[in-house]
Amino acid sequence: MSGKLTCKQLVMLITEYVEGALSARERASFDEHLMKCDGCSEYLRQLRTTIGIVGRLREDDLASPARDALLAAFRDWKSRTA
Amino acid sequence: MADSTRCHSETPACVILTYHDDLRRCIVGAMAEFDAALSVTGPAYADDAAVVARLRAGEEMAFTELIDMYQGALVRLARHYVDTLALADEVVQDTWIALLDSLPRFEGRSSLKTWLFRILVNVARSRRRKEARTIPFSSAFPIADNEAPVEPGSFVRSWIPGRSGHWLQAPSRWEDQPEQVALSTETRSLVERAVGELPPSQREVITLRDIEGYGSDEVCNLLGISDTNQRVLLHRARTKVRKALAPHMGVQP
Repeated sequence: MSGKLTCKQLVMLITEYVEGALSARERASFDEHLMKCDGCSEYLRQLRTTIGIVGRLREDDLASPARDALLAAFRDWKSRTA
Repeated sequence: MADSTRCHSETPACVILTYHDDLRRCIVGAMAEFDAALSVTGPAYADDAAVVARLRAGEEMAFTELIDMYQGALVRLARHYVDTLALADEVVQDTWIALLDSLPRFEGRSSLKTWLFRILVNVARSRRRKEARTIPFSSAFPIADNEAPVEPGSFVRSWIPGRSGHWLQAPSRWEDQPEQVALSTETRSLVERAVGELPPSQREVITLRDIEGYGSDEVCNLLGISDTNQRVLLHRARTKVRKALAPHMGVQP
């Protein structure tokens, strides 16, 4: 990209930035804009907060069925393909 | 990000497996498969050939090793596609059987883990479709997908060079104590709903990446999409969820 970024362009590129997919030059341009723009800094902050909250949706402890049921399935498969 | 059904003891060779309290036991092994089980990524490709050979020979231990390694992550992933844990368990059981049936076709071009999880994604998707058919109304009229990450009109439209494209009004600051808001059940169900309402491919990518912590390469392999495509879907998903969250966190989106 040539020249300076607009806020609209920054928002479009924000995931590539967060994912580290921008080139060094693109990233520098992005960082330069962020330093001077409260709106975009806030937007980035909000996006990061969002990702963090989404991450909390992960279930920590899901009970799993007894292994016996799965072993039974394995034995059944064995006998089918013997 | 790592499988939380596994905890790491002091001895690297000991893997403590927890399903229910009565199934807790300690397995000590020096086999390459167990070393691999301690890492997030799973066995190297060379080990896969050995595992497949042992499975095809009907060796139960080979199968239980796989279960121990992947059951937790499989159930967790399946749970995102269906409404209950019981259904998720069924999906995973079907997945294991499908894996065994598919072994003659496994050529080792991908890792066995990728192969397994790809099967899971397909089984889970089709189960979800099957379950959705029994809900008469909700899936019949999909909500139109507004792709804009922020409200249209958020940015200045101007012919004047340097003016166009900047925030008309900067996004309002969110709560100064995001932790407390983030931890509330209200926030959680709001985000759950927002993710649930995403178009399927966006929902899949944000679920795999941001909820379950799979890397971008893994997600591309699982879903059979390019890195660019994956990033586009992730972008749309994340910005959409942010937009849904904004009224709850601040003054305006």
